[in-house]
Amino acid sequence: MIVAERKPLDEIQQSLEGCKSVLVAGCGTCVTVCMAGGEKEVGVLASMLRMRAKMDGTELDIREATVQRQCDREYVEQLAELGEECDAILSMGCGVGVNYATEVLKTVRVIPALNTRFYGANVDEGVWSERCGGCGECIVASTEGICPIARCSKSILNGPCGGSQDGTCEVDPEIACVWQLIYDRMDSLGRLDKLEEILAPKDWSKGRDGGPGTTSREDAAAIDRGEASE
Amino acid sequence: MMSDEREAIDTSETAPAGFEPVIVAFCCQYCAYAAADLAGSMRLQYSPNVRVVRLLCTGKTDPIFFLKAFEGGADGVFVAGCMEGNCHFVEGNLRAKQRVQHAKGLLDEVGIGGGRLEMYNMSAGEGAKFAAAADEMTERIRSLGPSPLRPEPGDAEAALQAALDGVEVAQA
Repeated sequence: MIVAERKPLDEIQQSLEGCKSVLVAGCGTCVTVCMAGGEKEVGVLASMLRMRAKMDGTELDIREATVQRQCDREYVEQLAELGEECDAILSMGCGVGVNYATEVLKTVRVIPALNTRFYGANVDEGVWSERCGGCGECIVASTEGICPIARCSKSILNGPCGGSQDGTCEVDPEIACVWQLIYDRMDSLGRLDKLEEILAPKDWSKGRDGGPGTTSREDAAAIDRGEASE
Repeated sequence: MMSDEREAIDTSETAPAGFEPVIVAFCCQYCAYAAADLAGSMRLQYSPNVRVVRLLCTGKTDPIFFLKAFEGGADGVFVAGCMEGNCHFVEGNLRAKQRVQHAKGLLDEVGIGGGRLEMYNMSAGEGAKFAAAADEMTERIRSLGPSPLRPEPGDAEAALQAALDGVEVAQA
């Protein structure tokens, strides 16, 4: 899932400067699961903002709504009616949600309440950890399912660096050296010989190269309902 | 994550004469609620400022409960659960402890101050402990002054209603 964290209240309040009415908009998917921007978090942030406004003696009408996903038009459009009555929408979706709500809703300002951190897994109760770098060309078939791009502090692809100490990373002893993990995994599977294979350089053009990524499925494309042929 | 505390507004100097704190207590029915009952049966005197919300377990608490109570005009809130290791639902009181700690951070961030929220543990047989917790919290809030959210005298019933609204919001 996409993992995010709420911004500090001061920063959020600052970005709402001049607004008299705000729709705090949650997202029911990834950020609900990572407890950053779901219905509960909307309630908490709305309450905190109301209390701040009262303490500061400012007028702020706060409304609350949570939609299933802020990255799908049909759900984002559900925010239109409530949002358009407000000076701004404070999105508790990830960065995708903020961008897409801006694009779909056009006339209303959309302000982020979260910092989007990474693609991660729920590795323990209340703990989320990065597992994918979204690089566009997955190479973990050669590392037995463990991603060195997301999980190596230097994203290196050719084995551990000199900072790997006793299985941990020199950046922080709490971080496992991913190349140690890869080595141990391949050892346990009896596939260490695979590490000796020479691989072609990774094609980074599939990632951040060439502007924003776009992908499509022709079988899911909108039907062309142009003039029927005579 | 979520740092940036704001210094809590000090209302202790500007507290109106005769300031009486409004305090909401979320009590587990297996321990603190029964202890409050026992305190009554024992004819123990304790602060009348406390309004009790009975919960099946303090593990039911959620940060929104506390925020709503403060929004509604409470000057202080406390949660009273079973002794650690004695929860009827195994670890509800430990969950509550974590949530109180988390909500203290939220209150610090808002500027109300996390010191206005506390967690106590007691058994059903400790009527005196409930009375002591109620008195201690009342005295603490008396010295902190009224909640910075309201300059006017607090309305205990409104705060209690807001706390109950919070419970409802979390259940929705």
